[in-house]
Amino acid sequence: MKTERNPEEGEKQQFRTLSGIPVEAVYGDGPAPGEFPYTRGVHADMYRSRLWTMRMFAGFGTAQDTNARFHELLKAGGTGLSTAFDMPTLMGRDSDHEWAIGEVGRAGVAVDSVEDVADLFAGIDLSAVSTSMTINGPAPILLAMYIAVAEEQGVDRSHLSGTLQNDILKEYQAQKEYLFPPRPSVRLVTDVIRFTAAEMPRWNPVSISGYHIREAGSTAAQELAFTLANGFAYVEAAIATGLAVDDFVPRLSFFFNSHLDFFEEVGKFRAARRIWARWMRDRYGATDERSLKLRFHTQTAGVSLTAQQPEVNVARVALQALAGVLGGTQSLHTDSFDEALALPSDDAARIALRTQQVIAHETGVANVVDPLGGSAYVEWMTDELERRAEEVFTHLEDLGSGSLLEGVHAGIESGWFAGEIADAAYRYEREVNAGERIVVGVNAFIEGDDPEARRLLRIGQDTEDLQRKRLDIVRQHRDDEAVAAALAQVVADASDSTTNVVPSLLDAVRVRATLGEIVDALEGVFGTWVEKSVI
Amino acid sequence: MDNDTPDQGSGEAPVRVVLAKLGLDGHDRGLKVVARMLRDAGMEVVYLGLRQTTETIIDAVEQEDADVVGISMLNAGHLTLGPRMVEALSQAGLDVPVIIGGIVPDDDRPAMAAAGVAGVLGPGASAEEVVACVQAACRRC
Amino acid sequence: MLSSVSSADVEPIGRGVGHRTVDQLVSAARGGERRATARLLTLVERGGETASAVADAIWPQVGSGGTDAHVIGVTGPPGAGKSTLVAAWLTQLVAAGRRPAVLAVDPSSPLTGGAILGDRIRMSEASAAGVFIRSMATRGHAGGLALAVPGMVRVLELAGFDPVVVETVGVGQVEVDITSAADTCLVVVNPGMGDAVQANKAGLLEVADLFAVNKSDRPDAADVRRDLELMLDLSDMTGHRRPGVAERPAVISTTATTGAGMDELAAALDGHRDGLVSSGALHDRRRQRWRSEVRSHLAERLRRLADATVADLEPKDNRSPNALVEDLIASIFEELVEDVDSRCDRGD
Repeated sequence: MKTERNPEEGEKQQFRTLSGIPVEAVYGDGPAPGEFPYTRGVHADMYRSRLWTMRMFAGFGTAQDTNARFHELLKAGGTGLSTAFDMPTLMGRDSDHEWAIGEVGRAGVAVDSVEDVADLFAGIDLSAVSTSMTINGPAPILLAMYIAVAEEQGVDRSHLSGTLQNDILKEYQAQKEYLFPPRPSVRLVTDVIRFTAAEMPRWNPVSISGYHIREAGSTAAQELAFTLANGFAYVEAAIATGLAVDDFVPRLSFFFNSHLDFFEEVGKFRAARRIWARWMRDRYGATDERSLKLRFHTQTAGVSLTAQQPEVNVARVALQALAGVLGGTQSLHTDSFDEALALPSDDAARIALRTQQVIAHETGVANVVDPLGGSAYVEWMTDELERRAEEVFTHLEDLGSGSLLEGVHAGIESGWFAGEIADAAYRYEREVNAGERIVVGVNAFIEGDDPEARRLLRIGQDTEDLQRKRLDIVRQHRDDEAVAAALAQVVADASDSTTNVVPSLLDAVRVRATLGEIVDALEGVFGTWVEKSVI
Repeated sequence: MDNDTPDQGSGEAPVRVVLAKLGLDGHDRGLKVVARMLRDAGMEVVYLGLRQTTETIIDAVEQEDADVVGISMLNAGHLTLGPRMVEALSQAGLDVPVIIGGIVPDDDRPAMAAAGVAGVLGPGASAEEVVACVQAACRRC
Repeated sequence: MLSSVSSADVEPIGRGVGHRTVDQLVSAARGGERRATARLLTLVERGGETASAVADAIWPQVGSGGTDAHVIGVTGPPGAGKSTLVAAWLTQLVAAGRRPAVLAVDPSSPLTGGAILGDRIRMSEASAAGVFIRSMATRGHAGGLALAVPGMVRVLELAGFDPVVVETVGVGQVEVDITSAADTCLVVVNPGMGDAVQANKAGLLEVADLFAVNKSDRPDAADVRRDLELMLDLSDMTGHRRPGVAERPAVISTTATTGAGMDELAAALDGHRDGLVSSGALHDRRRQRWRSEVRSHLAERLRRLADATVADLEPKDNRSPNALVEDLIASIFEELVEDVDSRCDRGD
């Protein structure tokens, strides 16, 4: 939900404190917000002219179930949609695959074919909304399905705006939702970058995500370093395909976690902007200002939420959201307080959104840009996190003999990233266990937990049966020869690393090849990946 | 450990635990932490990692002669997959206790217990709780 | 303390196997039952009296003249991709109709005695193909491993597995001891490990019958291959070679991830064994292995005696520690004789 500020209201009272004291847009010396290296923000007046986008993630059950939720969100004034897919979809499997048993429609919406995407966006004008799709391994296929649906609606792909997560590197490091080995997977990422750079000027082809790295247990410094290193790796990979840096970097965006250590988080966001600007300009030779500006989405830390006394999570989420805002985020998702127990219920999701609205409209924090800038502690923290991130970059450069892309590949292949993350996660657990860290309601202040009071959202078995029936119907009503021919073309294009595979994916989804069939075809070319176990 | 006289054959051999993720989700943070907790409690952990099937878990339990199986799932599939694992082990003739880790609402615990799940560990379980749960489930302990 | 039990007395605890005696387990394992095989491995690994009972029951069936599985030790520096290589190679053997098994050894934590055993996950492909995989931890002391492994290998032989592969990490003394007990020892190295190869030169040369240079598709694979060849050339000149090894170890290039070199590796391993058979060296090696196993058990027994003997000892004014030992040996002997007598009285 993008929230434009009412200019009239702004003139009247917006930039005064609650007691009426007028406040400036920015305080302090040094490079201002909107100036290189953008430590203080990518815009000069930040939330004064436009608040962050309150983008809430939704997806469950069948496409029709989620479509109903989308319509509610749009009716409530939202202009952005964010889609969560179920596990079988994220893993590129159809709903009738044996792995899908028990998982269809549970953690997100189930998508098997272009028909599901059509139902997902039925009645929604795709030229008017921006859509975020949280998908990685099968990202190029979902993009193709989205384009096909838009075109069947009569909307040209060049008018589509949205974001595909499409960040496969962090999957090997943290979230583990990969389909193929790293190198062909990075090639698919660059295929999407090339395709959207040429044909979809309003589309963000990759959302480089530290969120999942942090959720897997990393520290803030690791989240910062690994995420930016992945960003550098994509930049190098795309340049290697012949793109010029300023042709695609402006459309790269980021996605960070906002965790509990308030000032560390603020420092992390500030350091991220500064590092990106410097590296893009000095190392990769970007000159377009938009290439230098790191734009990011923030989500509060799901891993920090407790199953004990879950209502206390409302306070955690509020503080984390505040850190994201004070760190200058472009969009924000706030977690629901019941997420450590189940999928978010409607009530909990509403409270999460209201939390953002309180921060935006009641606290006054959006009136001044980077209000923590100039604090000795925050500036030191920003510098310190930058220094720690640079150490990681140096290590990866050594691993890759000067190439960040090769360094990241080497770190994935040897299990280095996963090992660093697992070490950090264990260190934290031991500290909590030893009582060196207090987690309210878990190892201290444990009185008052009331398990009886919890109302949880549940997805039934009906969804799974229904989705399988839908899939059967799609398979019955299509031209199987056309599907076979399209899949053969996908295989041929995938086999030639210089060919962009997105156009043949588009042809395949148009004739109703399913997600699982396309993934199987690609797997035949690329193979699969078994991680080196690092425990 | 020079003075670690091998008290062999006295039944003091380490507990052997097979740990695996059943299902599709890739959240292995908790399972890895649990692996280390059990190691640090002196147990031997056969770590199978991500995306195991009931078949691969049964193979491991059988060949490794495991005392306990720990299954992690964060996909809300515990009511389907938990009992399926217990059932599959029992059909394979392996009477090995199963512990489920993940987000299991309290309401579901009786159903899990009725299905033969020996223990449930939720998010935030301490090392003591994890170890105690495994020891309680393990007949040898 | 020195009492023994006959195999019929033992009733292993059972989870799904029922309360079976060692003899029943042995007969089931021989019939190919994986669960019985796994349980016997557990009993042998735990050591002590039950392990002796298992050994007694198995020995007549697989001993020196029994089954004839090819025992292959695999070792190499950490990170060389041993597990991946073993998995790829054994998967091919299964396809060729063989029945391989692996004993995969990982270190125990010296602090807690626990262990995380991760080899199985690295060999998931082989597991899916039906290879029997058993993970084991070093359990704190090298002696225990040297005691357990030969017995566990025999259990796997009994169950009809061939080859039986023992995989260890690193090239320290423990690994050398264990792998040198194999018929054939394969050392896996990979590019970028020049330093590790250099540092462990002596250890590697002592055990290796064959080298595999894994990840040979990498550009720097040629370097590590050259280092190895140089090292072998130099050892030809100094005569530094494991006893009974006549031939210069072959160096095979492999890439486990693509399967390249697997056929050559399998052929070289088979060839090595054929060479051992035709030269009579296999017999020598197995006798050597048998002696070292007996020695381990003897040493273990004596060590426990020594531990028990000194447990309650107080310093003596009139005897130096050195002199005291003579007295103790005399008393230990006395106890041994009594123990044997009492067993004879019981009719064992």
